[in-house]
Amino acid sequence: MLATTREREQLRNVKKLINSAETVVTDALRGLSAAHPGLRVDPDGRTVSRSGGPTPGKVGLVSGGGSGHEPLHAGFVGYGMLDAACPGEIFTSPVPGQMVTATAAADGGAGVLYVVKNYTGDVLNFELAADLCAEEGVEIASVLVDDDVAVRDSLHTAGRRGTGATVFVEKIAGAAAEGGASLAEVTRVAEEVNARSRSFGVALSACTTPASGRPTFELGETEIELGIGIHGEPGRSRSTMRDARELAAIALDAVDEDMPLSGDALVMVNGMGATPLIELYVVFAEVAEQLAGRGVRVARSLVGDYVTSLDMRGFSVTVCLLDEDLTRLWDAPVETPALRWGR
Amino acid sequence: MDTAFLTRWIAGIADAVRAERDRLTELDAAIGDADHGANLDRGFGAAVQALADDPPAAPGALLRLVGGTLISRVGGASGPLYGTAFREAGRSLGSSGEASEVSLADLARALRAGLDGVTRLGSAAEGDKTMVDAFAPAVRALETAVSAGAGEREAFEAAASAALAGAEATVPMVARKGRASYLGPRSAGHEDPGAASCALIFAALCTADQGHG
Repeated sequence: MLATTREREQLRNVKKLINSAETVVTDALRGLSAAHPGLRVDPDGRTVSRSGGPTPGKVGLVSGGGSGHEPLHAGFVGYGMLDAACPGEIFTSPVPGQMVTATAAADGGAGVLYVVKNYTGDVLNFELAADLCAEEGVEIASVLVDDDVAVRDSLHTAGRRGTGATVFVEKIAGAAAEGGASLAEVTRVAEEVNARSRSFGVALSACTTPASGRPTFELGETEIELGIGIHGEPGRSRSTMRDARELAAIALDAVDEDMPLSGDALVMVNGMGATPLIELYVVFAEVAEQLAGRGVRVARSLVGDYVTSLDMRGFSVTVCLLDEDLTRLWDAPVETPALRWGR
Repeated sequence: MDTAFLTRWIAGIADAVRAERDRLTELDAAIGDADHGANLDRGFGAAVQALADDPPAAPGALLRLVGGTLISRVGGASGPLYGTAFREAGRSLGSSGEASEVSLADLARALRAGLDGVTRLGSAAEGDKTMVDAFAPAVRALETAVSAGAGEREAFEAAASAALAGAEATVPMVARKGRASYLGPRSAGHEDPGAASCALIFAALCTADQGHG
Protein backbone atom coordinates (compact mmCIF):
# COMPACT_ATOMS: atom_id res chain seq x y z
CA MET A 1 0.00 0.00 0.00
CA LEU A 2 1.21 3.50 -0.76
CA ALA A 3 1.06 4.35 2.88
CA THR A 4 3.65 7.00 3.47
CA THR A 5 4.18 10.46 2.09
CA ARG A 6 7.73 9.47 1.29
CA GLU A 7 6.53 6.68 -0.99
CA ARG A 8 4.12 8.98 -2.76
CA GLU A 9 6.93 11.46 -3.34
CA GLN A 10 9.12 8.72 -4.75
CA LEU A 11 6.33 7.85 -7.11
CA ARG A 12 6.21 11.37 -8.44
CA ASN A 13 9.95 11.32 -8.90
CA VAL A 14 10.03 8.42 -11.37
CA LYS A 15 11.62 9.76 -14.52
CA LYS A 16 9.87 8.76 -17.71
CA LEU A 17 9.53 10.50 -21.07
CA ILE A 18 5.77 10.84 -20.85
CA ASN A 19 3.15 13.56 -20.61
CA SER A 20 0.98 11.61 -18.19
CA ALA A 21 0.62 7.97 -17.19
CA GLU A 22 -2.94 7.92 -18.57
CA THR A 23 -2.01 9.03 -22.09
CA VAL A 24 1.18 7.02 -22.71
CA VAL A 25 -0.34 4.57 -25.20
CA THR A 26 -2.28 7.21 -27.14
CA ASP A 27 0.69 9.58 -27.24
CA ALA A 28 3.01 6.82 -28.47
CA LEU A 29 0.54 5.94 -31.22
CA ARG A 30 0.47 9.59 -32.27
CA GLY A 31 4.23 9.34 -32.59
CA LEU A 32 4.02 6.10 -34.55
CA SER A 33 1.59 7.78 -36.92
CA ALA A 34 3.78 10.84 -37.40
CA ALA A 35 6.88 8.71 -38.03
CA HIS A 36 5.41 6.12 -40.39
CA PRO A 37 3.16 7.33 -43.21
CA GLY A 38 2.89 3.72 -44.38
CA LEU A 39 0.68 3.02 -41.40
CA ARG A 40 -2.89 4.01 -40.72
CA VAL A 41 -3.01 4.73 -36.99
CA ASP A 42 -6.06 5.45 -34.88
CA PRO A 43 -4.59 6.66 -31.56
CA ASP A 44 -7.98 6.79 -29.83
CA GLY A 45 -9.49 3.60 -31.26
CA ARG A 46 -6.09 1.96 -30.71
CA THR A 47 -5.64 0.19 -34.00
CA VAL A 48 -2.76 0.23 -36.47
CA SER A 49 -3.09 -1.07 -40.02
CA ARG A 50 -1.48 -0.74 -43.43
CA SER A 51 -2.33 2.62 -45.00
CA GLY A 52 -3.39 0.91 -48.24
CA GLY A 53 -6.09 -1.11 -46.47
CA PRO A 54 -6.63 -4.85 -46.86
CA THR A 55 -4.95 -6.64 -49.79
CA PRO A 56 -7.72 -8.24 -51.87
CA GLY A 57 -7.45 -12.03 -51.97
CA LYS A 58 -4.69 -12.19 -49.35
CA VAL A 59 -5.07 -13.82 -45.95
CA GLY A 60 -5.01 -11.07 -43.33
CA LEU A 61 -2.78 -11.26 -40.26
CA VAL A 62 -3.85 -9.55 -37.06
CA SER A 63 -2.07 -9.49 -33.75
CA GLY A 64 -2.32 -7.50 -30.59
CA GLY A 65 -1.52 -7.51 -26.95
CA GLY A 66 -0.68 -5.22 -24.10
CA SER A 67 1.51 -2.21 -24.81
CA GLY A 68 5.00 -1.95 -23.35
CA HIS A 69 6.53 -4.57 -25.67
CA GLU A 70 7.40 -2.23 -28.53
CA PRO A 71 8.13 -2.66 -31.36
CA LEU A 72 5.77 -5.65 -30.93
CA HIS A 73 3.10 -5.63 -32.46
CA ALA A 74 2.42 -2.30 -34.20
CA GLY A 75 6.04 -2.06 -35.36
CA PHE A 76 5.51 -5.22 -37.39
CA VAL A 77 2.56 -3.95 -39.43
CA GLY A 78 3.42 -3.63 -43.10
CA TYR A 79 4.24 -5.53 -46.27
CA GLY A 80 5.27 -9.12 -45.58
CA MET A 81 4.15 -9.19 -41.97
CA LEU A 82 0.98 -8.04 -40.14
CA ASP A 83 -1.99 -6.32 -41.75
CA ALA A 84 -3.21 -4.82 -38.49
CA ALA A 85 -2.42 -4.68 -34.80
CA CYS A 86 -4.30 -3.53 -31.73
CA PRO A 87 -2.32 -2.33 -28.73
CA GLY A 88 -3.96 -2.56 -25.31
CA GLU A 89 -3.14 -0.60 -22.20
CA ILE A 90 0.35 -1.22 -20.79
CA PHE A 91 0.66 -4.99 -20.19
CA THR A 92 -3.11 -5.40 -20.63
CA SER A 93 -4.75 -7.29 -23.45
CA PRO A 94 -6.70 -5.15 -25.92
CA VAL A 95 -10.50 -5.43 -25.90
CA PRO A 96 -12.63 -7.31 -28.45
CA GLY A 97 -13.88 -4.11 -30.13
CA GLN A 98 -10.33 -3.15 -31.13
CA MET A 99 -9.75 -6.62 -32.53
CA VAL A 100 -12.94 -6.43 -34.57
CA THR A 101 -11.82 -3.09 -36.07
CA ALA A 102 -8.37 -4.52 -36.79
CA THR A 103 -9.96 -7.57 -38.41
CA ALA A 104 -11.98 -5.36 -40.77
CA ALA A 105 -8.78 -3.50 -41.69
CA ALA A 106 -7.04 -6.81 -42.47
CA ASP A 107 -9.79 -8.75 -44.21
CA GLY A 108 -9.05 -9.07 -47.92
CA GLY A 109 -11.70 -11.73 -48.35
CA ALA A 110 -9.45 -14.78 -47.85
CA GLY A 111 -9.85 -15.06 -44.09
CA VAL A 112 -7.92 -13.61 -41.16
CA LEU A 113 -5.37 -15.27 -38.88
CA TYR A 114 -5.03 -14.05 -35.29
CA VAL A 115 -1.55 -14.39 -33.83
CA VAL A 116 -2.22 -14.64 -30.09
CA LYS A 117 0.40 -14.81 -27.36
CA ASN A 118 -0.64 -17.35 -24.77
CA TYR A 119 -1.81 -15.21 -21.86
CA THR A 120 -5.22 -15.66 -20.30
CA GLY A 121 -6.33 -12.12 -21.14
CA ASP A 122 -5.19 -12.18 -24.76
CA VAL A 123 -6.72 -15.62 -25.31
CA LEU A 124 -10.12 -14.66 -23.83
CA ASN A 125 -10.41 -11.33 -25.66
CA PHE A 126 -9.35 -12.79 -29.03
CA GLU A 127 -11.88 -15.62 -28.51
CA LEU A 128 -14.67 -13.10 -27.97
CA ALA A 129 -13.51 -11.12 -31.03
CA ALA A 130 -13.34 -14.25 -33.20
CA ASP A 131 -16.95 -15.06 -32.27
CA LEU A 132 -18.08 -11.54 -33.17
CA CYS A 133 -16.24 -11.59 -36.53
CA ALA A 134 -17.43 -15.08 -37.40
CA GLU A 135 -20.99 -13.84 -36.86
CA GLU A 136 -20.20 -11.17 -39.46
CA GLY A 137 -19.11 -13.88 -41.87
CA VAL A 138 -15.34 -13.42 -41.69
CA GLU A 139 -13.38 -16.66 -41.65
CA ILE A 140 -11.11 -16.53 -38.59
CA ALA A 141 -8.29 -18.82 -37.52
CA SER A 142 -6.01 -18.39 -34.51
CA VAL A 143 -2.53 -19.51 -33.64
CA LEU A 144 -1.33 -19.50 -30.03
CA VAL A 145 2.31 -18.64 -29.50
CA ASP A 146 3.76 -20.37 -26.41
CA ASP A 147 7.52 -20.59 -26.71
CA ASP A 148 8.73 -19.71 -23.21
CA VAL A 149 10.39 -22.76 -21.67
CA ALA A 150 10.64 -21.07 -18.26
CA VAL A 151 7.06 -22.16 -17.56
CA ARG A 152 7.73 -25.76 -16.74
CA ASP A 153 4.53 -27.30 -15.51
CA SER A 154 2.03 -26.50 -18.23
CA LEU A 155 -0.64 -28.73 -16.69
CA HIS A 156 -0.78 -26.71 -13.49
CA THR A 157 -0.40 -23.26 -14.99
CA ALA A 158 -1.99 -21.13 -17.68
CA GLY A 159 0.53 -22.80 -19.99
CA ARG A 160 3.67 -21.47 -21.57
CA ARG A 161 3.88 -17.79 -22.34
CA GLY A 162 4.24 -16.33 -25.81
CA THR A 163 7.43 -14.29 -26.04
CA GLY A 164 10.20 -13.89 -28.65
CA ALA A 165 8.87 -16.46 -31.11
CA THR A 166 5.97 -14.10 -31.81
CA VAL A 167 8.30 -12.10 -34.09
CA PHE A 168 9.23 -15.26 -36.01
CA VAL A 169 5.59 -16.36 -36.34
CA GLU A 170 4.48 -12.94 -37.57
CA LYS A 171 7.35 -12.66 -40.08
CA ILE A 172 7.18 -16.17 -41.49
CA ALA A 173 3.38 -16.50 -41.56
CA GLY A 174 3.24 -12.96 -42.98
CA ALA A 175 5.51 -14.00 -45.84
CA ALA A 176 3.36 -17.07 -46.51
CA ALA A 177 0.24 -14.89 -46.63
CA GLU A 178 1.94 -12.36 -48.92
CA GLY A 179 2.88 -15.27 -51.19
CA GLY A 180 -0.78 -16.16 -51.64
CA ALA A 181 -1.10 -19.14 -49.28
CA SER A 182 -4.58 -20.10 -48.07
CA LEU A 183 -5.78 -19.46 -44.52
CA ALA A 184 -5.26 -23.14 -43.67
CA GLU A 185 -1.74 -23.07 -45.05
CA VAL A 186 -0.77 -19.80 -43.33
CA THR A 187 -2.14 -21.20 -40.07
CA ARG A 188 -0.14 -24.41 -40.51
CA VAL A 189 3.07 -22.44 -41.16
CA ALA A 190 2.43 -20.26 -38.08
CA GLU A 191 1.87 -23.34 -35.93
CA GLU A 192 5.01 -24.96 -37.29
CA VAL A 193 7.16 -21.91 -36.49
CA ASN A 194 5.79 -21.92 -32.95
CA ALA A 195 6.39 -25.65 -32.57
CA ARG A 196 10.01 -25.24 -33.70
CA SER A 197 10.77 -22.25 -31.45
CA ARG A 198 11.77 -21.92 -27.80
CA SER A 199 12.75 -18.93 -25.65
CA PHE A 200 14.28 -18.19 -22.27
CA GLY A 201 14.72 -14.78 -20.64
CA VAL A 202 16.90 -13.25 -17.93
CA ALA A 203 16.32 -9.95 -16.12
CA LEU A 204 18.97 -7.84 -14.43
CA SER A 205 16.32 -5.40 -13.25
CA ALA A 206 12.53 -5.25 -13.10
CA CYS A 207 10.52 -2.76 -15.13
CA THR A 208 8.43 0.16 -13.91
CA THR A 209 4.96 0.73 -15.33
CA PRO A 210 3.99 4.39 -15.78
CA ALA A 211 0.80 3.86 -13.74
CA SER A 212 2.41 2.34 -10.65
CA GLY A 213 5.68 4.25 -10.81
CA ARG A 214 7.53 1.52 -8.98
CA PRO A 215 9.49 -1.57 -10.08
CA THR A 216 7.29 -4.63 -10.55
CA PHE A 217 9.62 -6.68 -8.36
CA GLU A 218 12.65 -5.97 -6.24
CA LEU A 219 16.09 -7.27 -7.09
CA GLY A 220 19.09 -6.82 -4.82
CA GLU A 221 22.33 -5.27 -6.07
CA THR A 222 23.76 -8.58 -7.23
CA GLU A 223 20.53 -10.50 -7.86
CA ILE A 224 19.08 -11.53 -11.21
CA GLU A 225 15.78 -13.14 -12.17
CA LEU A 226 15.89 -16.23 -14.39
CA GLY A 227 13.04 -17.30 -16.66
CA ILE A 228 11.22 -13.99 -16.74
CA GLY A 229 8.20 -13.23 -18.86
CA ILE A 230 7.62 -9.98 -20.69
CA HIS A 231 5.21 -8.28 -18.28
CA GLY A 232 7.53 -7.53 -15.43
CA GLU A 233 6.23 -10.60 -13.68
CA PRO A 234 8.90 -12.35 -11.65
CA GLY A 235 10.45 -15.44 -13.22
CA ARG A 236 11.24 -19.06 -12.50
CA SER A 237 13.89 -18.42 -9.87
CA ARG A 238 16.26 -15.86 -8.45
CA SER A 239 20.00 -16.14 -8.73
CA THR A 240 23.15 -14.11 -8.37
CA MET A 241 24.73 -12.09 -11.15
CA ARG A 242 27.16 -13.93 -13.37
CA ASP A 243 28.97 -13.25 -16.64
CA ALA A 244 27.41 -13.26 -20.11
CA ARG A 245 28.97 -16.64 -20.95
CA GLU A 246 27.26 -18.32 -18.02
CA LEU A 247 23.94 -16.56 -18.60
CA ALA A 248 23.94 -17.62 -22.25
CA ALA A 249 24.63 -21.19 -21.13
CA ILE A 250 21.74 -21.12 -18.65
CA ALA A 251 19.36 -19.88 -21.37
CA LEU A 252 20.57 -22.38 -23.99
CA ASP A 253 20.49 -25.28 -21.51
CA ALA A 254 16.86 -24.47 -20.73
CA VAL A 255 15.99 -24.34 -24.43
CA ASP A 256 17.98 -27.44 -25.33
CA GLU A 257 16.51 -29.45 -22.46
CA ASP A 258 13.06 -28.77 -23.86
CA MET A 259 13.80 -29.01 -27.59
CA PRO A 260 17.02 -30.81 -28.52
CA LEU A 261 18.97 -28.43 -30.73
CA SER A 262 20.49 -29.42 -34.05
CA GLY A 263 20.85 -28.28 -37.64
CA ASP A 264 20.22 -24.74 -38.89
CA ALA A 265 18.68 -22.20 -36.58
CA LEU A 266 17.20 -18.74 -36.62
CA VAL A 267 18.48 -17.15 -33.41
CA MET A 268 17.37 -13.95 -31.74
CA VAL A 269 19.05 -12.25 -28.82
CA ASN A 270 16.41 -9.79 -27.76
CA GLY A 271 16.81 -6.82 -25.46
CA MET A 272 14.18 -6.28 -22.76
CA GLY A 273 14.05 -2.53 -23.33
CA ALA A 274 16.91 -0.97 -21.35
CA THR A 275 19.84 -3.18 -22.28
CA PRO A 276 22.72 -1.56 -24.17
CA LEU A 277 23.14 -3.05 -27.65
CA ILE A 278 26.81 -3.70 -26.96
CA GLU A 279 25.77 -6.08 -24.17
CA LEU A 280 23.32 -7.87 -26.47
CA TYR A 281 26.20 -8.46 -28.89
CA VAL A 282 28.34 -9.79 -26.05
CA VAL A 283 25.53 -12.25 -25.30
CA PHE A 284 25.08 -13.09 -28.98
CA ALA A 285 28.79 -13.95 -29.29
CA GLU A 286 28.40 -16.43 -26.44
CA VAL A 287 25.15 -17.83 -27.81
CA ALA A 288 26.61 -18.34 -31.30
CA GLU A 289 29.78 -19.96 -29.98
CA GLN A 290 27.92 -22.26 -27.61
CA LEU A 291 25.40 -23.22 -30.28
CA ALA A 292 28.28 -24.15 -32.60
CA GLY A 293 29.60 -26.31 -29.76
CA ARG A 294 26.24 -28.05 -29.66
CA GLY A 295 26.33 -28.70 -33.40
CA VAL A 296 23.91 -25.93 -34.35
CA ARG A 297 24.57 -23.52 -37.19
CA VAL A 298 23.28 -19.96 -36.78
CA ALA A 299 21.76 -19.64 -40.24
CA ARG A 300 19.83 -16.42 -39.61
CA SER A 301 19.90 -13.98 -36.70
CA LEU A 302 18.37 -10.94 -35.05
CA VAL A 303 20.02 -8.86 -32.35
CA GLY A 304 18.18 -5.92 -30.79
CA ASP A 305 15.00 -4.82 -29.06
CA TYR A 306 12.04 -6.68 -30.60
CA VAL A 307 9.86 -7.91 -27.73
CA THR A 308 10.53 -5.60 -24.82
CA SER A 309 9.25 -5.17 -21.30
CA LEU A 310 9.30 -1.38 -20.86
CA ASP A 311 12.56 -0.40 -19.14
CA MET A 312 13.59 -3.85 -17.97
CA ARG A 313 17.29 -4.68 -18.27
CA GLY A 314 18.02 -8.14 -19.52
CA PHE A 315 17.72 -10.32 -22.57
CA SER A 316 15.93 -13.29 -24.00
CA VAL A 317 17.19 -15.91 -26.43
CA THR A 318 14.84 -17.43 -28.98
CA VAL A 319 15.87 -20.34 -31.19
CA CYS A 320 13.82 -21.57 -34.15
CA LEU A 321 14.96 -24.71 -35.94
CA LEU A 322 14.76 -23.90 -39.65
CA ASP A 323 14.05 -25.95 -42.72
CA GLU A 324 14.33 -24.80 -46.32
CA ASP A 325 10.77 -23.49 -46.58
CA LEU A 326 10.91 -21.55 -43.34
CA THR A 327 14.29 -20.07 -44.32
CA ARG A 328 12.87 -18.94 -47.65
CA LEU A 329 9.89 -17.35 -45.93
CA TRP A 330 12.16 -15.65 -43.38
CA ASP A 331 14.25 -14.21 -46.24
CA ALA A 332 11.21 -12.96 -48.17
CA PRO A 333 10.85 -9.16 -48.42
CA VAL A 334 9.41 -7.30 -45.46
CA GLU A 335 8.73 -3.62 -44.95
CA THR A 336 7.59 -2.60 -41.48
CA PRO A 337 8.82 0.04 -39.02
CA ALA A 338 10.88 -2.49 -37.08
CA LEU A 339 11.87 -5.12 -39.64
CA ARG A 340 12.67 -4.38 -43.26
CA TRP A 341 14.72 -6.03 -45.96
CA GLY A 342 14.64 -7.19 -49.57
CA ARG A 343 12.31 -4.57 -50.94
CA MET B 1 -34.67 -5.09 -5.90
CA ASP B 2 -35.05 -2.67 -8.76
CA THR B 3 -32.78 -0.88 -11.21
CA ALA B 4 -32.17 1.85 -8.65
CA PHE B 5 -30.77 -0.74 -6.24
CA LEU B 6 -28.56 -2.29 -8.96
CA THR B 7 -27.37 1.14 -10.09
CA ARG B 8 -26.38 1.89 -6.46
CA TRP B 9 -24.60 -1.48 -6.37
CA ILE B 10 -22.54 -0.75 -9.49
CA ALA B 11 -21.75 2.78 -8.27
CA GLY B 12 -20.71 1.30 -4.92
CA ILE B 13 -18.39 -1.18 -6.68
CA ALA B 14 -16.86 1.68 -8.68
CA ASP B 15 -16.28 3.70 -5.48
CA ALA B 16 -14.78 0.71 -3.65
CA VAL B 17 -12.52 -0.16 -6.57
CA ARG B 18 -11.35 3.44 -6.80
CA ALA B 19 -10.66 3.58 -3.05
CA GLU B 20 -8.85 0.24 -3.13
CA ARG B 21 -7.17 0.80 -6.48
CA ASP B 22 -3.66 0.96 -5.04
CA ARG B 23 -4.16 -2.10 -2.84
CA LEU B 24 -5.46 -4.16 -5.80
CA THR B 25 -2.53 -3.01 -7.91
CA GLU B 26 -0.16 -3.82 -5.06
CA LEU B 27 -1.56 -7.37 -4.79
CA ASP B 28 -1.25 -7.74 -8.56
CA ALA B 29 2.34 -6.47 -8.53
CA ALA B 30 3.30 -9.26 -6.15
CA ILE B 31 2.10 -12.12 -8.36
CA GLY B 32 0.93 -10.55 -11.61
CA ASP B 33 1.56 -7.43 -13.60
CA ALA B 34 0.43 -4.54 -11.41
CA ASP B 35 -2.58 -3.33 -13.35
CA HIS B 36 -5.67 -4.90 -11.75
CA GLY B 37 -6.64 -1.75 -9.81
CA ALA B 38 -6.24 0.55 -12.80
CA ASN B 39 -8.12 -1.77 -15.17
CA LEU B 40 -11.13 -2.30 -12.90
CA ASP B 41 -11.24 1.37 -11.99
CA ARG B 42 -11.49 2.23 -15.69
CA GLY B 43 -14.09 -0.50 -16.30
CA PHE B 44 -16.49 0.16 -13.44
CA GLY B 45 -16.13 3.91 -13.97
CA ALA B 46 -17.23 3.33 -17.57
CA ALA B 47 -20.11 1.12 -16.38
CA VAL B 48 -21.40 3.86 -14.05
CA GLN B 49 -21.20 6.31 -16.96
CA ALA B 50 -23.00 3.92 -19.31
CA LEU B 51 -25.86 3.50 -16.81
CA ALA B 52 -26.12 7.27 -16.41
CA ASP B 53 -26.08 7.88 -20.17
CA ASP B 54 -28.80 5.43 -20.98
CA PRO B 55 -30.53 4.05 -17.86
CA PRO B 56 -31.86 0.55 -18.61
CA ALA B 57 -35.50 -0.06 -17.74
CA ALA B 58 -35.08 -3.53 -16.26
CA PRO B 59 -32.61 -5.32 -13.95
CA GLY B 60 -31.68 -7.92 -16.60
CA ALA B 61 -30.88 -5.26 -19.18
CA LEU B 62 -28.92 -3.28 -16.60
CA LEU B 63 -26.64 -6.19 -15.71
CA ARG B 64 -26.13 -7.00 -19.40
CA LEU B 65 -25.11 -3.39 -20.10
CA VAL B 66 -22.62 -3.50 -17.21
CA GLY B 67 -21.19 -6.78 -18.54
CA GLY B 68 -20.89 -5.48 -22.08
CA THR B 69 -19.20 -2.30 -20.87
CA LEU B 70 -16.66 -4.26 -18.81
CA ILE B 71 -15.85 -6.49 -21.79
CA SER B 72 -15.37 -3.52 -24.08
CA ARG B 73 -13.38 -1.35 -21.65
CA VAL B 74 -11.28 -3.40 -19.22
CA GLY B 75 -9.10 -5.70 -21.33
CA GLY B 76 -6.82 -8.26 -19.75
CA ALA B 77 -8.40 -11.38 -18.32
CA SER B 78 -10.56 -9.58 -15.77
CA GLY B 79 -12.52 -7.72 -18.49
CA PRO B 80 -13.91 -10.81 -20.23
CA LEU B 81 -14.34 -12.65 -16.91
CA TYR B 82 -16.18 -9.96 -14.92
CA GLY B 83 -17.96 -8.89 -18.10
CA THR B 84 -19.20 -12.43 -18.64
CA ALA B 85 -20.25 -12.68 -14.98
CA PHE B 86 -22.51 -9.62 -15.25
CA ARG B 87 -23.74 -10.46 -18.74
CA GLU B 88 -24.70 -14.03 -17.84
CA ALA B 89 -26.31 -12.80 -14.62
CA GLY B 90 -28.38 -10.36 -16.67
CA ARG B 91 -29.27 -13.01 -19.23
CA SER B 92 -30.41 -15.47 -16.59
CA LEU B 93 -32.91 -12.97 -15.27
CA GLY B 94 -34.60 -13.46 -18.62
CA SER B 95 -38.21 -12.44 -18.68
CA SER B 96 -38.45 -11.97 -14.92
CA GLY B 97 -35.48 -9.60 -15.22
CA GLU B 98 -37.45 -7.51 -17.66
CA ALA B 99 -39.90 -6.86 -14.84
CA SER B 100 -39.04 -3.82 -12.80
CA GLU B 101 -38.26 -5.78 -9.62
CA VAL B 102 -36.34 -8.97 -8.92
CA SER B 103 -36.42 -11.02 -5.73
CA LEU B 104 -33.47 -12.07 -3.61
CA ALA B 105 -33.89 -15.59 -5.02
CA ASP B 106 -33.75 -14.17 -8.57
CA LEU B 107 -30.53 -12.34 -7.75
CA ALA B 108 -28.97 -15.46 -6.21
CA ARG B 109 -29.90 -17.40 -9.33
CA ALA B 110 -28.45 -14.66 -11.55
CA LEU B 111 -25.17 -14.58 -9.66
CA ARG B 112 -24.97 -18.40 -9.88
CA ALA B 113 -25.33 -18.05 -13.66
CA GLY B 114 -22.62 -15.39 -13.62
CA LEU B 115 -20.31 -17.69 -11.67
CA ASP B 116 -20.99 -20.53 -14.11
CA GLY B 117 -20.10 -18.21 -16.99
CA VAL B 118 -16.80 -17.30 -15.34
CA THR B 119 -15.77 -20.89 -14.58
CA ARG B 120 -16.72 -21.92 -18.12
CA LEU B 121 -14.74 -19.14 -19.80
CA GLY B 122 -11.73 -19.24 -17.49
CA SER B 123 -11.95 -22.97 -16.70
CA ALA B 124 -10.93 -22.22 -13.13
CA ALA B 125 -12.12 -24.18 -10.11
CA GLU B 126 -12.05 -23.30 -6.43
CA GLY B 127 -8.54 -23.67 -5.08
CA ASP B 128 -6.86 -22.36 -8.25
CA LYS B 129 -6.24 -18.98 -6.54
CA THR B 130 -8.56 -16.89 -8.71
CA MET B 131 -11.68 -14.73 -8.34
CA VAL B 132 -13.66 -17.99 -8.20
CA ASP B 133 -12.31 -18.57 -4.68
CA ALA B 134 -14.29 -15.54 -3.48
CA PHE B 135 -17.14 -15.74 -6.00
CA ALA B 136 -18.20 -19.35 -5.37
CA PRO B 137 -18.50 -19.23 -1.54
CA ALA B 138 -20.33 -15.90 -1.82
CA VAL B 139 -22.93 -17.36 -4.19
CA ARG B 140 -23.32 -20.41 -1.92
CA ALA B 141 -23.81 -18.14 1.11
CA LEU B 142 -26.44 -16.17 -0.77
CA GLU B 143 -28.25 -19.36 -1.80
CA THR B 144 -28.16 -20.69 1.77
CA ALA B 145 -29.58 -17.43 3.07
CA VAL B 146 -32.35 -17.54 0.48
CA SER B 147 -33.37 -21.09 1.41
CA ALA B 148 -33.30 -20.11 5.09
CA GLY B 149 -35.69 -17.30 4.30
CA ALA B 150 -33.24 -14.58 5.33
CA GLY B 151 -33.84 -10.93 4.58
CA GLU B 152 -31.79 -8.94 2.12
CA ARG B 153 -29.45 -7.35 4.62
CA GLU B 154 -28.65 -10.67 6.31
CA ALA B 155 -28.18 -12.44 2.95
CA PHE B 156 -25.87 -9.75 1.57
CA GLU B 157 -23.82 -9.70 4.76
CA ALA B 158 -23.41 -13.48 4.59
CA ALA B 159 -22.34 -13.28 0.93
CA ALA B 160 -19.92 -10.43 1.61
CA SER B 161 -18.22 -12.15 4.51
CA ALA B 162 -18.03 -15.44 2.59
CA ALA B 163 -16.36 -13.59 -0.30
CA LEU B 164 -13.93 -11.87 2.05
CA ALA B 165 -13.05 -15.13 3.79
CA GLY B 166 -12.65 -16.76 0.38
CA ALA B 167 -10.30 -14.01 -0.76
CA GLU B 168 -8.23 -14.26 2.42
CA ALA B 169 -8.05 -18.03 1.99
CA THR B 170 -6.21 -17.54 -1.33
CA VAL B 171 -3.11 -16.29 0.52
CA PRO B 172 -1.42 -19.69 1.06
CA MET B 173 -2.65 -21.13 -2.26
CA VAL B 174 -0.39 -21.88 -5.22
CA ALA B 175 -1.89 -20.35 -8.37
CA ARG B 176 -2.92 -22.71 -11.14
CA LYS B 177 -4.58 -20.22 -13.50
CA GLY B 178 -3.75 -16.83 -14.93
CA ARG B 179 -0.50 -14.98 -14.80
CA ALA B 180 0.27 -15.81 -11.18
CA SER B 181 0.52 -19.48 -12.14
CA TYR B 182 3.87 -18.80 -13.84
CA LEU B 183 5.35 -18.27 -10.38
CA GLY B 184 4.44 -21.77 -9.21
CA PRO B 185 5.15 -22.14 -5.47
CA ARG B 186 6.32 -18.54 -5.30
CA SER B 187 2.72 -17.42 -5.77
CA ALA B 188 1.92 -18.67 -2.24
CA GLY B 189 1.89 -16.05 0.52
CA HIS B 190 -0.02 -13.44 -1.50
CA GLU B 191 -3.74 -12.74 -1.71
CA ASP B 192 -5.12 -13.16 -5.22
CA PRO B 193 -6.05 -9.73 -6.64
CA GLY B 194 -9.06 -11.13 -8.54
CA ALA B 195 -10.45 -12.71 -5.36
CA ALA B 196 -9.82 -9.42 -3.54
CA SER B 197 -11.76 -7.39 -6.12
CA CYS B 198 -14.54 -9.99 -6.11
CA ALA B 199 -14.86 -9.48 -2.33
CA LEU B 200 -15.31 -5.74 -2.97
CA ILE B 201 -18.13 -6.51 -5.41
CA PHE B 202 -20.05 -8.52 -2.81
CA ALA B 203 -19.32 -6.01 -0.04
CA ALA B 204 -20.91 -3.35 -2.25
CA LEU B 205 -24.20 -5.30 -2.12
CA CYS B 206 -24.42 -4.39 1.59
CA THR B 207 -23.77 -0.70 0.97
CA ALA B 208 -26.32 -0.64 -1.85
CA ASP B 209 -28.82 -2.25 0.52
CA GLN B 210 -28.13 0.27 3.27
CA GLY B 211 -28.73 3.04 0.78
CA HIS B 212 -32.26 1.70 0.25
CA GLY B 213 -34.67 4.64 0.48
